[in-house]
Amino acid sequence: MSQQPQRTPLYEKHLEAGGKMVDFAGWEMPINYGSQVKEHKQVREDAGMFDVSHMVVLDFKGSEVKVFLQKLLANDVARLKDTGKALYSGMLNEQGGVIDDLIVYYLADDFYRVVVNAATRENDLKWINAQMASYDLTLTERDDLSMIAVQGPTARDKVLSILSEDDAKTASGLKIFFGTQLGDLFVARTGYTGEDGFEIILPNDQAADFWSQLIDAGVKPIGLGARDTLRLEAGMNLYGTDMDESISPLQAGMGWTIAWEPAERDFNGRTALEKEKAEGSESKLVGLVLEDKGVLRGHQKIITSHGEGEITSGSFSPTLGKSIALARIPFATQDNCFVEIRRNQLAVKIVKPPFVRNGKVLI
Amino acid sequence: MSNENPNDLKYTKTHEWVRDNGDGTVTVGITDHAQELLGDVVYVELPEVESELNAEENCGVIESVKAASDMYAPLEGEVTEVNEELDSEPELINSAAFGEGWIFSMKLKSMDDLNELMDADAYESFCQE
Repeated sequence: MSQQPQRTPLYEKHLEAGGKMVDFAGWEMPINYGSQVKEHKQVREDAGMFDVSHMVVLDFKGSEVKVFLQKLLANDVARLKDTGKALYSGMLNEQGGVIDDLIVYYLADDFYRVVVNAATRENDLKWINAQMASYDLTLTERDDLSMIAVQGPTARDKVLSILSEDDAKTASGLKIFFGTQLGDLFVARTGYTGEDGFEIILPNDQAADFWSQLIDAGVKPIGLGARDTLRLEAGMNLYGTDMDESISPLQAGMGWTIAWEPAERDFNGRTALEKEKAEGSESKLVGLVLEDKGVLRGHQKIITSHGEGEITSGSFSPTLGKSIALARIPFATQDNCFVEIRRNQLAVKIVKPPFVRNGKVLI
Repeated sequence: MSNENPNDLKYTKTHEWVRDNGDGTVTVGITDHAQELLGDVVYVELPEVESELNAEENCGVIESVKAASDMYAPLEGEVTEVNEELDSEPELINSAAFGEGWIFSMKLKSMDDLNELMDADAYESFCQE
């Protein structure tokens, strides 16, 4: 990781907007453009956009793509019956640990698009390449593409306002968790904030111009800092902090992403997960709310009547005005528990994420 | 960076500012430079009134959305007052670091100790190192 950090095609746009640039997984990315809390609220109340061009777009094509992905992923791409439909899944190792979490789009019987995390790129590709050797398919890393996520209650209208009439009509008809190719743009109604919006994948040389058009349409640039507090409020996991290769999806709040049926589908990690399911998991991922003053942070110790746990992601929630967290705690824990912050023990309430969806507090 | 650090204040290496109130007490806050590094402040753990502090003793915590940052007593003395407004409006530290965002006041053991701290120019150079 000693190499020069990489820059997305939107780098200059970030500097123009006053972005405070930091190294993120080897990429020079904006952490904020001034105030993280203001940016957070901008997305909850109006519309903001994120440069997520560092994320990795992988196109899988060939006659055996479907059966390959049915082996590779814990969720089942056979659930994708309509063209453009997306699915969230873990990619597991044989021990049932999460190698990465990803979104897969069904674009044709012989064409699926997968978007994986930037930080896990090399590891994912090594694993995928080793797995695909015996299948008839090709994998293309789409480094020629950038990605802009536009999120918030007015995000869709603002994106539609800069599309051609025909494209806007198609995009406005997209149902949640569907994507479609519109000329050079791939537009999907997905995101990582708990708000409605689009994620748009487009050629690198068009990204800066599209970004500028969105600014003119009233969409504000949002940094990775607010992206993290937005996803935490939405109860969405962050790979590398909430789960990793040593954690099974059952202990990462991702049980719903495991497709157990059909029983004969032998996906990677299935045997280990079945064993864990039969024996019972040791721990679980829960949401926490701190009613006291203070801020929950990753790695703080959680004390329960069944043993200790740990916060995996914690922050101040701008929407709730108090601190929230995801934490991995002993499976048997039912009651409330305590967090240790600088030698003080403070009571925390266990809740079921998400904390916030579509601008509304859910806990 | 422009020289926005008021000339009538003294400064510490841990980015606190200190104002001589002329009555044996000083008021303490964190500098604009420090608040900018921290980002949006969401919670301040204030020292207790009447607590006796040594110079450079950890006396509180400022939590921003990004991180928790320790706060230190600039010099030896006793806390006389804390800014309770920060309980409900911690963002005052961001919006008015040198004014309404003050954090606490203390009675110094010796006002001469103020000479140990940096003036605005020295602090400015220190920040650019």
